[in-house]
Amino acid sequence: MSKKLIVLFLGLVPLLCTCFSPDTPSDRRVLVLLDDFAIKSSHSIFFNNLKSRGFDLDFKLADDPTISLQRYGQYLYDALILFSPTIERFGGSIDAAAILDFVDSGHDLIVAANGNASDLIREIATECGVDFDEDSSALVIDHSGYAVSATEGDHTLIASDDFIKSDVILGSEKIKAPVLFQGIGHSLNPSNSLVLKVLSASPSAYSANPKSKLTSPPSLTGTSMSLVSVVQARNNARILISGSLSMFSNRFFRSDVQKAGSPTKHDKSGNEQFVTELSKWVFHERGHLKAVNVKHHKVGEVDEPAIYRINDDLEYSVEIYEWSGKTWEPYVANDVQVQFYMMSPYVLKTLSTDNKGYYFTAFKVPDVYGVFQFKVEYERLGYTSLSLSKQIPVRPFRHNEYERFIPAAYPYYGAAFSMMAGFFIFTAVHLYHK
Amino acid sequence: MAASDAPNGDVLIRNAFGSVLAFLILLLIGVLAFSIRLFSVIKYESVIHEFDPYFNYRVTQFLTKNGIYDFWNWFDDRTWYPLGRVIGGTVYPGLTLTAGTLYWFLHSLNIPLSVETVCVFTAPIFSAFASWATYLLTKEIKGVGAGLTAAALLAMVPSYISRSVAGSYDNEAVAIFALIFTFYLYIKTLNTGSLFYATLNSLSYFYMVCSWGGYTFIINLIPMHVLLCIVTGRYSSRLYIAYAPLVILGTLLAALVPVVGFNAVMTSEHFASFLVFIIIHVVALVYYIKGILSPKMFKVALALVVSIGLAVCCAMVAVIIALVASSPTKGWSGRSLSLLDPTYASKYIPIIASVSEHQPPTWPSYFMDINVLAFLIPAGIIACFSPLSDASLFAVLYIVLSVYFSGVMVRLMLVLAPAACILSGIALSQAFDVFTRSIKFQLPSLSDHSHIDARDASSEKVVLDDTIKTDKNEDTPKERMTKRSKKKEKEPVEKPPTKFQIKKRLSVLPFEASIIAVILLVLLVAFYVVHCVWAAAEAYSAPSIVLTSHSNDGLHVFDDFREAYAWLSHNTDVDDKVASWWDYGYQTTAMANRTVIVDNNTWNNTHIATVGTAMSSPEKAAWEIFHSLDVKYVLVVFGGLVGYPSDDINKFLWMVRIGGGVFPHIKEPDYLRDGQYRIDSMATPTMLNCLMYKLSYYRFVETDGKAFDRVRRTEIGKKYFKLTHFEEVFTTHHWMVRIYKLKPPKNRIRGKNKKSKSKTSSTTTSKRKGTRRNPF
Repeated sequence: MSKKLIVLFLGLVPLLCTCFSPDTPSDRRVLVLLDDFAIKSSHSIFFNNLKSRGFDLDFKLADDPTISLQRYGQYLYDALILFSPTIERFGGSIDAAAILDFVDSGHDLIVAANGNASDLIREIATECGVDFDEDSSALVIDHSGYAVSATEGDHTLIASDDFIKSDVILGSEKIKAPVLFQGIGHSLNPSNSLVLKVLSASPSAYSANPKSKLTSPPSLTGTSMSLVSVVQARNNARILISGSLSMFSNRFFRSDVQKAGSPTKHDKSGNEQFVTELSKWVFHERGHLKAVNVKHHKVGEVDEPAIYRINDDLEYSVEIYEWSGKTWEPYVANDVQVQFYMMSPYVLKTLSTDNKGYYFTAFKVPDVYGVFQFKVEYERLGYTSLSLSKQIPVRPFRHNEYERFIPAAYPYYGAAFSMMAGFFIFTAVHLYHK
Repeated sequence: MAASDAPNGDVLIRNAFGSVLAFLILLLIGVLAFSIRLFSVIKYESVIHEFDPYFNYRVTQFLTKNGIYDFWNWFDDRTWYPLGRVIGGTVYPGLTLTAGTLYWFLHSLNIPLSVETVCVFTAPIFSAFASWATYLLTKEIKGVGAGLTAAALLAMVPSYISRSVAGSYDNEAVAIFALIFTFYLYIKTLNTGSLFYATLNSLSYFYMVCSWGGYTFIINLIPMHVLLCIVTGRYSSRLYIAYAPLVILGTLLAALVPVVGFNAVMTSEHFASFLVFIIIHVVALVYYIKGILSPKMFKVALALVVSIGLAVCCAMVAVIIALVASSPTKGWSGRSLSLLDPTYASKYIPIIASVSEHQPPTWPSYFMDINVLAFLIPAGIIACFSPLSDASLFAVLYIVLSVYFSGVMVRLMLVLAPAACILSGIALSQAFDVFTRSIKFQLPSLSDHSHIDARDASSEKVVLDDTIKTDKNEDTPKERMTKRSKKKEKEPVEKPPTKFQIKKRLSVLPFEASIIAVILLVLLVAFYVVHCVWAAAEAYSAPSIVLTSHSNDGLHVFDDFREAYAWLSHNTDVDDKVASWWDYGYQTTAMANRTVIVDNNTWNNTHIATVGTAMSSPEKAAWEIFHSLDVKYVLVVFGGLVGYPSDDINKFLWMVRIGGGVFPHIKEPDYLRDGQYRIDSMATPTMLNCLMYKLSYYRFVETDGKAFDRVRRTEIGKKYFKLTHFEEVFTTHHWMVRIYKLKPPKNRIRGKNKKSKSKTSSTTTSKRKGTRRNPF
């Protein structure tokens, strides 16, 4: 059984992204690059949380000349955390291109910037589709959504609770308290389908330099500005980009929070829950789907044919599982569709499910021959995209698969045979009846 | 009296000797026809040539492996992706079945030849058969001598060699044999009036229909001949027997071939045969009625029948015209229409016009392909008119029609070649006949003998004529009775004497003139032989899959095509799709075994137009088109480095035209500068940015630093550019084939901020902002 499973997994490797070991898509080895080692202790809750979830963290200074992401063409890490917002140039062989290659080969990335984020960090973010405010001294300011604190500040510490509505990304449990945020905002290109606003700014927020007087309209304002965003690349690598490094800090995790204008005061900010859930998503502990056992066969048969005939009845089935962090759990949904596709879908059917991850349907091959594909294109918010396609040719009838005698043609058969008989009789009479 | 006995024995012996000699000569002609086509194997290697033969080869492989029923039902999912092609129903199976039968036969004899070997040598074998069929046909028209000459001429006529060298495994290879053999059986039936030959004729026609789309030539030529015979008062029951079974049996059999099917009764190409079928019945009826009625009664009946018949005919013609006119192409296929109206294809169907073999030929190509035969044809036509028989009338009609068709399409030069050979054979043999006889008469030493010889010869002639006459006599009495006017009745009786008089007058040419004429004729034929051997060795033996060129440094061999196809088959996934212009489709499926989008069977114009549009679009649009077709690799043929003129850049305007025919946003003028097609710095931006230009000239400047295109003899317009959606994966040794891979869609989508801004620039922008702010 296990052998069979392995074979199936191996078969699916090209379908899923190639980087994850198919059994455990979660990341294991994580490289953390820091500006200085003080962050290791000031953000220890976050790191310990990761460690307790089984991650193997490797802390390095960002300008350490010995760091490298890969050796002999093999990546040494499964994920990268960049808590080094001010770094101008990485040590060792790492540069922006190396990090982007790391992502493009299917690895995950967490980037945290803050008020004085370097061009390098900005460039990495831009390449991922996140545009930080170009004004390097700008911070997000919100005069109505700030967090109430003992000292009257410049309203750059924001308590935000405008989360993305997705159980997959933020967990099924509601984030209990507003999230404290202090840092820079960014904008997203609305046409970019890969990047998602996870925490957006309130309508009254804007991005400007809090120390100077505001003389022109700020470039980023309101809800179009995003505070924390995630990217799921086409190869399902996930990236978390936050404009605030302190969002991950112990201080913010433990701090109480009261949003301005709100009577309730929470003992503990939502940061810990928010960041933990988000990191679970980024590190593929949630929302990672796999499809196995794609099968199709004629009704009443078991084996998969090499070719179908037009108007055949067939059954199609696929099993879809979701990674829970430890095991593959059946994925339950009622909106998985299969297409029977040749340049355009000829059949589009919603798959029925037994709620144990098994999806199936049956349909008739259209009366068109050609090279078709069974296509499952399943793209849902927060889930890895499933894109299965299986090529199958459909042939016309064989010469002996047509009806031999058509009832409608009996008059013609009769005409032909009576003609022959008549001719025979005529010939006989004509020749021998003198 | 005793003397008469001796000559009789002599004649017998000489006849026997003559037929043995004729048999030997025929055998040698067969050997000649076979061996003259082996130059390609000797000079190159035993490979399949060109484009279509590769498809035929692949089909034959399938046939030998899977048997005839799977072949009949073969749905090929590796071409015309994703539409696929029903090979069994769209291919003329004659050639494949022939080679397959040959293969099975050889294997049943435990001769383990490979499929490829059988395919390579099918064409030479069948050209030997074709020359024997020519002998038979010409013998029926003008006797043994003409037959042998025609067979020898056909064995080495360059036009036919070009399509039947070893390795040229195409439909025409067997179809020409079938064509000539069908004509032979038709003439044989016409001469003998035998129903047996008529049936054989239908079977032979069936084989022709199986083999080649050119069968429509037969089914139009024979009705025309029948009509001509009727009009010139040559109707006989032999004509009826030769024609009626062919139409009925032939049409029924033709409808059995899947690719023809109901076309055999539905398309306009076949209407002529049915029309003539009706006419011949009317004529037969008229002759019959005339036979049983008195002349006066006949006149009355004639008036009655003619008036009723005319009415019926008019009604039928009206119905047919209405039916035909209701279809947009008037029931004709595009190829046939372009035969009737040579400008049709270039106006409406660029896909037919784009094929070089569908272009009209140039004058030199006549000289190249039939050489001195072109000058002998008129003489042959004259010879056919003295005396004019049904058979020689057929030969004349055949040559006239085929000359017209060959003038429309180079490809149909192939149909002209047998006609030219037959008529030239007739001309040559008649000329030799006359000259040698007059030499014999006048040679004093031989005069005694020659007298007898001449008498023998003439008596032979007489015998020959007599046989024909007796043949005629068997069924002419009735016929003569039925002849309308007595004048016509007299003609056959009166003619023979005049014929003999003419012959006698002709046969006394001056001795010197005869000698010189014979020498000149021999020289002429010698030149023909030299030309044919040269054409076979140099001009028509190149397989076009391997190219050679002679230069100062010696022989260069360009084996880039096979290199590229081998690369594809070794380095790409089995199910990967390769897009290229359709010319290379058959080769890609046969040699690289990869799925192609379009191929040389141009059955779906839209699909080809899609590829043409992709090739003439800018990179991004092209990528999207190819991506929607699941294409993984794009293959282009580029001759600019080595000067190979038939590359994709030279074919590119056709891609634009065909693409523009379906997708109007592709406009030909966008690719032309002042009506000129150019790729240098004067080229239009559309041209310089289209995919074909980019894929052809990508990194070309790295070869010589100047990017000089040797085919177009100019420096290219845009030398340095990068590809964003395609990446080069393979370029062959001489850059003749270049293979590109489609890049996958970008993993990430970039943001809008400008790349790699230094800190100073960002401060300057903020400063600039500051300065802008100041006025307020």
